[in-house]
Amino acid sequence: MRKIMTGNEATARGAWEAGLHFAAAYPGTPSTEILENLALYKDKGVYSEWATNEKVAVEAAAGASIAGARALAAMKHVGLNVAADPFFTLAYTGVNGGLVIVSADDPGLFSSQNEQDNRFYASHAKIAMVEPSDSQECLDYVKEAFEISEKYDTPVLFRVTTRICHSKTLVETGDRVEREVRPYKKDVTKYVMAPANAKRRKQILTERIAALKEYSETTPLNRVERGSGTVGIITSGISYNHAKEVFGDEASYLKLGFTWPLPEKKIRDFAASVETLYVIEENEPYLENYVKALGIACTGREKLPWIDELTPERVRRAFFPDSEESGGYSIDAEIPPRPPVLCAGCTHRGFFYEVGKYKDIVVTGDIGCYTLGIVPPLSVTDTVICMGASVSGGVGFRKAVERAGRKEKVFAVIGDSTFFHSGITGLIDAIVNKAPIVVNILDNRITAMTGHQENPGTGRTLMGEPTHQVDLKALCMACGVKEENIRLIDPYDLTATRDAVRAGYEATEPFVIITTSPCALIKEVVRRRANMKCFVDEEKCVKCKLCLKAGCPAVNFRDGRVYIDRASCNGCTVCMQICPKHAIVREG
Amino acid sequence: MKKNDTKSILLVGVGGQGTILASKILSEGLVRKGYDVKMSEIHGMSQRGGSVTTHVRYGSKVASPVVPEGEADVLVAFEKVEAARWLQYLKKGGTLVVNDFEIYSLPVLTGAAKYPEGVTEKLRAAVPNTKVFNAGEIASSLGNIKAQNIVLLGALVKAMGLEDLDWEDVLKELIPEKLLDLNLKAFRAGLEQ
Repeated sequence: MRKIMTGNEATARGAWEAGLHFAAAYPGTPSTEILENLALYKDKGVYSEWATNEKVAVEAAAGASIAGARALAAMKHVGLNVAADPFFTLAYTGVNGGLVIVSADDPGLFSSQNEQDNRFYASHAKIAMVEPSDSQECLDYVKEAFEISEKYDTPVLFRVTTRICHSKTLVETGDRVEREVRPYKKDVTKYVMAPANAKRRKQILTERIAALKEYSETTPLNRVERGSGTVGIITSGISYNHAKEVFGDEASYLKLGFTWPLPEKKIRDFAASVETLYVIEENEPYLENYVKALGIACTGREKLPWIDELTPERVRRAFFPDSEESGGYSIDAEIPPRPPVLCAGCTHRGFFYEVGKYKDIVVTGDIGCYTLGIVPPLSVTDTVICMGASVSGGVGFRKAVERAGRKEKVFAVIGDSTFFHSGITGLIDAIVNKAPIVVNILDNRITAMTGHQENPGTGRTLMGEPTHQVDLKALCMACGVKEENIRLIDPYDLTATRDAVRAGYEATEPFVIITTSPCALIKEVVRRRANMKCFVDEEKCVKCKLCLKAGCPAVNFRDGRVYIDRASCNGCTVCMQICPKHAIVREG
Repeated sequence: MKKNDTKSILLVGVGGQGTILASKILSEGLVRKGYDVKMSEIHGMSQRGGSVTTHVRYGSKVASPVVPEGEADVLVAFEKVEAARWLQYLKKGGTLVVNDFEIYSLPVLTGAAKYPEGVTEKLRAAVPNTKVFNAGEIASSLGNIKAQNIVLLGALVKAMGLEDLDWEDVLKELIPEKLLDLNLKAFRAGLEQ
């Protein structure tokens, strides 16, 4: 039956059909739904888990592969940076059961801190790479990726992008081919990468590359679509669809689905068969560099933009600059921006509000909902680099401050899931190197930004089983934070929050503040707080608008009065506690 | 450059308004009708009050999942400022469906930006085929404002001339049973717009 599926659903489905046994990931947009969909197959032969970070996910999948299972690890592009260490060495060891590593890149930066093109990871690590263009190819190619992995004894990088992950296209599904977990045979020369063994494996890796080059020339994943005209286009991934939209069936295409190693002969033959050669790809000139290195003249980067994702009109403007302006309408109006904000009733708001009162606190931020501490009117956050960098970056910032004889106090702000991911190593660094920073773990009991995934603090696994719940306070103490330097606070209680922030500000040793209120969007929380509302007592309100400083989207100033939107308010009372005239009242 | 039979629809709104569910129902219906269908959604941080866009394209063979600027046959705006934000995607002669509904973004709430006045009038003046109605009010009168997305879906189906399909059957499949009655009414109300 024809079904319409996102690329992520189709990748999960294809992996399952391929007889997948083990899957691991850390959630990250746009890759998250791959594992969420694989978890649906828990009673049909697949074990799935959220790993504490991407390095752990890849290592766990590698362990499963060595034991003989077909294994998959998925992550967003920046996750592969975290997992780069095992990734490079796995090129040497190879696999036992098929091993596929999914990198979901984010051209256009829809929800990421950079726009890196992870195709270069394949050539850098010397790992075979497969790139689908739509959901059907996600399903078909991931199956082929497992075959490649086992046949050539290599991990395979399965590279997708946001538009593929989150677009739905038609898919013909198939049945699962059940596979036994392969037998494991101890082989230290293959799986123990001590220098002497690694040196021998490098030789094997070189031989494998030669074999993969042969495969690249013959696989139907790299196909030519012959058109009626004289223009030829080399392309891969989503760019193929945009190129096809603009150039239609007139152009010829060398559509590359197996993109490392690239097929030299196929490219030469294709180039020779057309009069004009274009390379159409987004972000980096990965294919183009290769084509040019072969001494083949082509046009790509000098016309295509370096930044942002490709779209049909960007391709059109690049290659047909004289074509008529696109239709379209416009009106003369100043359109206000609509940036993302902390939700109405968000548990992080009170904490940011209190920290914002100090002008000499530097807030090193992190990746997650609390990144939104940058948004006005809260505007407290100074830095956001990558997962975990709030804490370790905070250590460095503080050391520099001390060296310069300055006085800024560093507050590192990190979520629960991110703390487990890579904040804990920074905390250990702060303790051992005696950096008196304040680590603020905004524990909202869920991985919120990516849409509510379980993490080590929630007490549940991805497949829905109850499990051990890691105690953050005990964990911090085990890292060496003194008990008297730890505060657990309800961030809805501004007085308690104020006291804790003050204590942290004045502390001369590493200090930890842990907030203990769960995300306001967790279903049980929504249900529990359904009848809690705040409203404005108009007689007392002097319209000083201080309540607007909380930056809560439920609190409005319209038509000369302040009012609170009942539909979105959850009665958190942060605005009520800010109001100096006690003009905000709570019910429920 | 090629011309083909691909039709393009752009649905725009604010996180939480149900644009993605409406697009999902639309796509499912189009698949049943035998079209090649591609749908692309952009979310991520948008559930926290940002703008949400979904592209739906159908025809005998669709290439890109993204609607090119100036090529949408219909632009459905779940919020009226969002109509203005995405207007350049609507092709000349295309239909604009606008929910006469305001959602203030935080910069507007805090006074850092202004919600523009007279947007609806300007939209009407710019686009000959403009339909404006308050889907939020219609859905509220039927029992729940959350069904405004299905009211808009009904209006979209009419604008595209896609009434000859068993949409109620698609709704039955994709809407939880206890909300089905409300949504069927909302869909019919949308068809009348």
